[in-house]
Amino acid sequence: MSDLNLRELHNTEFPIPDELQSNLAITSLSKVYNWSRRSSMWPLLFGLACCAIEMIGTAASRFDFSRFGMEVMRGSPRQSDLMIVSGTVTKKMIVPIVRLYNQMPEPKYVLAMGACASGGGPFKEGYNVVSGVDKYLPVDVYVPGCPPTPQALIHGLIALQKKIDGQSLANMDDVPWYGVGPSEPTPIPILGPDVIDPRQMDIIRRQAELAALGKPYGVRELPAPQMKAVVAAKGAAPAAAAADGGEVDAAKAERLRKREEALARKHAAKGE
Amino acid sequence: MVIAAPQTVDVDVNAVIDKLKEKFPEAVKNDTRQGYKGVIVDKSKLVEVATSIRDEFGFDYLSSATGVDYLGIADEMEMVYHAYRTTGGPALVFKAQTPRDNPEIPSLIDVWPGVDFQEREVWDLYGIRFPGHPNLQRILLWEGFNGHPMRKDWKEAYFEEDHKPFESRWPAGHVHRIEEKNAYGHNVMYPADLDLSRLTDTSEESLYNSLGLGVDVQDLTGEGGIKTDRLVVNLGPHHPSTHGVFRMVVTLDGETIETLDPVMGYLHRNHEKIGERNSFLQNMPFTDRLDYISSMSNNLGYALAVEQLLALGARYQPPTYRAEVIRVLMAELTRIVNHLWSLGFLLNDLGAFFTPMLYANNEREKILDFFEATAGSRLMCNYMRFGGVFKDIPERIHSVVNMVNDKVRDYNTMDYLTEMINERLPRFMDEYERLLVNNEILKTRTVGVGVLPADRAIAYSTCGPLLRGSGVAYDIRRSDPYSIYPELDFDIPVGQNGDIYDRFMVRVYEIRESLRILKQILPRLERTKGEEVVSKFNYLGRVPIGESYGRVENPKGELGYYVVSAGDEKGPQNPWRYHIRAPSFINLTALGPMSKGYKVADVVTILGSIDIVLGETDR
Repeated sequence: MSDLNLRELHNTEFPIPDELQSNLAITSLSKVYNWSRRSSMWPLLFGLACCAIEMIGTAASRFDFSRFGMEVMRGSPRQSDLMIVSGTVTKKMIVPIVRLYNQMPEPKYVLAMGACASGGGPFKEGYNVVSGVDKYLPVDVYVPGCPPTPQALIHGLIALQKKIDGQSLANMDDVPWYGVGPSEPTPIPILGPDVIDPRQMDIIRRQAELAALGKPYGVRELPAPQMKAVVAAKGAAPAAAAADGGEVDAAKAERLRKREEALARKHAAKGE
Repeated sequence: MVIAAPQTVDVDVNAVIDKLKEKFPEAVKNDTRQGYKGVIVDKSKLVEVATSIRDEFGFDYLSSATGVDYLGIADEMEMVYHAYRTTGGPALVFKAQTPRDNPEIPSLIDVWPGVDFQEREVWDLYGIRFPGHPNLQRILLWEGFNGHPMRKDWKEAYFEEDHKPFESRWPAGHVHRIEEKNAYGHNVMYPADLDLSRLTDTSEESLYNSLGLGVDVQDLTGEGGIKTDRLVVNLGPHHPSTHGVFRMVVTLDGETIETLDPVMGYLHRNHEKIGERNSFLQNMPFTDRLDYISSMSNNLGYALAVEQLLALGARYQPPTYRAEVIRVLMAELTRIVNHLWSLGFLLNDLGAFFTPMLYANNEREKILDFFEATAGSRLMCNYMRFGGVFKDIPERIHSVVNMVNDKVRDYNTMDYLTEMINERLPRFMDEYERLLVNNEILKTRTVGVGVLPADRAIAYSTCGPLLRGSGVAYDIRRSDPYSIYPELDFDIPVGQNGDIYDRFMVRVYEIRESLRILKQILPRLERTKGEEVVSKFNYLGRVPIGESYGRVENPKGELGYYVVSAGDEKGPQNPWRYHIRAPSFINLTALGPMSKGYKVADVVTILGSIDIVLGETDR
């Protein structure tokens, strides 16, 4: 790699003699790690709808995102770092999408390409349309447009690279995968009478209880004051809040325990 | 390769209807509703009448079959069929009606096997049962979905109002986000009897059950007592060769295909339901997103369908000559764009990984530059309007003609087009053909593979290059002409063997024929310079009551729009029914039968040779 510029990586806190400037860099691990990772982002070869055509256009010779280290589009999620959600996410398709996301090894990123993937777009009101992939997956970069032009997609990819540059190995809360222990997989939605997000079971149960009491079920049209009550209930209803909070705490405690165990193992290994 | 030039045949549909009424005096009567065509057939005699229409009257090609829900108008559901002769001519429209509670209409699958998926779609979306259909399963949604969403009384989770513009989007209205009005903050709703204790996903299980899989090993004892079992392989929905989110469930004996069942609906984004909420004009940008590679010709089909309805009214102004010229220019450029893309991807499927596609894409990009300069968008052009096109082609355009030095230059549009049509594209096609047409690997992989005989092609209602590759010279531009095609000189390429190679060659020749048309368009463009291209008048008007079926020869085949305007005496602003007869969807009916007996690697190529696009398949 003749165009490798070590000065980019160099941490200026430590002086390097002039004659070694192009041979040596003293830098932080995060910086090297991020730099190598963002320069070899492998997207998942995964087209959903119209935006996929522009994604292929971006990969083709005119726009050519291999200039950013992204030309290796992998058919298998096991080999990819980035999921470009290129098109409308339907309820039927969200199941495979979540499964694919869970199969991707960490660190992994999601780029919502276009209006549909970002928020439902022109098809938002459709009965089979998920209004934005962020209802299920954590999205790192949103690219607006319907479809976004190749230039816009490349801009989004550069934004993602900047985001990666800012991540830190030292800060375990920064991104989930720098913590100790495995991350939780995203629960896979269930195709019942409508798509069911397992994380929404609480609210679905509450609605079912309301229905049992003869109150309107799955309320669509709410008068304004009642609406407020529901919004408040989401966060502050005592029973529900306790249940929600309890789960979160349990997960946190579990993570802490795993982390302490791992640290103990590490110390034990050192001691020997 | 045969080049055919079928002439337009005049068929007197009214005479046919009279004879049909003579033959079935009790079962067949005229559709006398205002603005409607064809006949209404008593559903108990439907199969008999349909057989007669096919065999005696020669309407051997069933183009479209779809349902309509007339809740509030007649309280009936209706199936509408459009049958054509493969020798050309207009449609014979026949309908069958059924009460809304317990709707049931006999299946026509024995008469036209091509209704297979269409009837399943109607069952899925309208809940009309088709006794006689061997596999009446949901096709676009999943088994277990709550209700039949295209019924007029079925409201989606994000339902606001029946017609756009919604109050929430109107400047004077109360602005809100629809998520706030949904208890889940999601686009979901559940029936009151949702059983929380049994929430398991059964859609896959019922899918496999419906395919008759899970056969006992003992049943498959082969000759010589060797026990064999069938292997089920899922290709898709995430698979690079399925050109999107299409899924094939393939049963294999060794490596040979025994059955192939297409599973679709992974991109079902409810065009038709949203289309009924939209106003007529608001649907135009949605048509772009059907076959998202050829948005211009999608626009044209929809414009034709609505223009048929507008022409029923008194105040309609038909497109000017220049508008027609520009429409044909755009439609033919779109055909080239699409065929370049599909040829590239067919070779991709054959293993020529991305090289031919990248070459073809370079040429495609230059046409997209012209689209962008004209319509403002590369892919989703939203360019046609009722009675013309959105605006005239620009004086000058910016484009990168030479990809090597990568400089954007400023060109005179006519010079740009002339150079592209007369020199660059023919030169590119010469090179492309030299490299590929006699390529040994290509021929070995494609000649004699995926054969579809002509009679089966017609029976399965296939269209476009798939139908013509099988030797049927059916091209709507000639057989049921629209726009200014009658005055243009071009031929219809037709295959002889109906294999993948023939379909490949049909596409190659069609690019040549499109270039021939475009060469005739250029002087017409020069001649009509300065003419109006659209009358703004058609934008705002209400659409007269009636039904229409506008169809165009899209690059992928026959794209039809069945539009019903009803429900408002003054003339509705929103379509009552907006159905898309999608070529990719119906062409897939032939995929299973075509793939039987071939290897897995061939299936990928056979699918590539059909040239599907999922936006249109699933709608």
